[in-house]
Amino acid sequence: MIPAPFEYIAADSAAHAVALLAEHGDDAKLLAGGHSLLPMMKLRLATPGVLIDIGGLSELAGVAADNGELVIGATTRHADLASSELVRAEAPLLAYAAAQVGDPQIRHRGTIGGSLSHADPAADLPMAIVALGGSVQIDGPGGSRLVSADDFFHGFFETAVQPDELLTAVRVPRRPGVPWGYQKFVRRSNDWAIVGVAAVADRIALANMGSTPLRATAAEAALARGASPAEAAELAAEGTSPGEDMHADREYRRHLARVLTRRALEHECG
Amino acid sequence: MTRIELTVNGEKQSDEVEPRLLLVHYLREVCGLRAANVGCDTTSCGACTVLLDGQSVKSCTVLAVQASGHHVVTAEGLSADGELHPVQAAFRQNHGLQCGFCTPGMVMASVGLLAENPHPTEEEVRVGLEGNLCRCTGYHNIVRAVLAAAEAQAEAPAGAPAEAEVTA
Repeated sequence: MIPAPFEYIAADSAAHAVALLAEHGDDAKLLAGGHSLLPMMKLRLATPGVLIDIGGLSELAGVAADNGELVIGATTRHADLASSELVRAEAPLLAYAAAQVGDPQIRHRGTIGGSLSHADPAADLPMAIVALGGSVQIDGPGGSRLVSADDFFHGFFETAVQPDELLTAVRVPRRPGVPWGYQKFVRRSNDWAIVGVAAVADRIALANMGSTPLRATAAEAALARGASPAEAAELAAEGTSPGEDMHADREYRRHLARVLTRRALEHECG
Repeated sequence: MTRIELTVNGEKQSDEVEPRLLLVHYLREVCGLRAANVGCDTTSCGACTVLLDGQSVKSCTVLAVQASGHHVVTAEGLSADGELHPVQAAFRQNHGLQCGFCTPGMVMASVGLLAENPHPTEEEVRVGLEGNLCRCTGYHNIVRAVLAAAEAQAEAPAGAPAEAEVTA
């Protein structure tokens, strides 16, 4: 399978990439690792006329501490996120989630900015950012803005990032020692979650239980009232709208959400 | 067309390519290196695995232009002076193949795995090769081969030996 023809431009800087987006408009797509975009282009589900390559921009890669937050550059690759000592110490759920994406080859190429921009509701990192209460830095012609993870995902493969904007960084709170749990139910080792649950202290995020990653708000409220993890987990599927496919119908997904939430709240990983 | 400059198996390459040319097609059709196979063509099977700057990647999901300025190694680039790479030798010794289609990708993924984790457990080998499918389901001998290669590369007989026989 061969992508449709396109013009290729390697951006010199993040600012250059934003200028190129302004110049080419809807016809342009940003390329970093390409592990969501290129498969779609090979299937001709995406046929951008221009690819703006930001994969080589060192200014967009890497992890740094900034007061109470970790700042993760958009083109930081999953393998580097998973092995970062800083992330493992201060946002361990994020390092764990990055290690669950795809397989080693995919983790060597895929980037956190790409995964969040792609916004597959079954993916690991969108769920992780919601569980962590993170935020996303977005640059555009009008400057830079910060969007909370709760407001970032608008729908199936839709985010707050506009066609003329570039996701530049992801921010997550530094919370070493905070209890967390992560559950990803799959049939094949390198697959997307049939249902996923990530919990950090009293925040619970669900993957593949709707068109975006979702907070399990009823379960969170129960925890706040003093409910046990098992009691709270019974409410995990409330307010969700999971889809159906060959792997699971809606009721089975709701069942998985309850079971996996209990395990995540008991700080299990699997 | 876009000019790309990279090294493939240690040799400098400079070519005009269409931006949409996939790395696996560049390697097979422009460089004439046929080890990396096009299997699933959907980033699933790993038959097209090569090393990009020392890390395993699926070359069906990398554009040749993305490899410009970088170092690519295919299975052809592993052996020097007719001497098999320890991973290749271990696959041969342990019969880590059946039909052979997945083998170049399995070997490259294994080389990448051992570069990151020189002393993997059997579990770590199995998880580390999750991105590579063997359509003959010949996984046991592949895992044995990787464990044997790790042992051979370690050179020291003390440390982690015997695990291959015990757990595989």
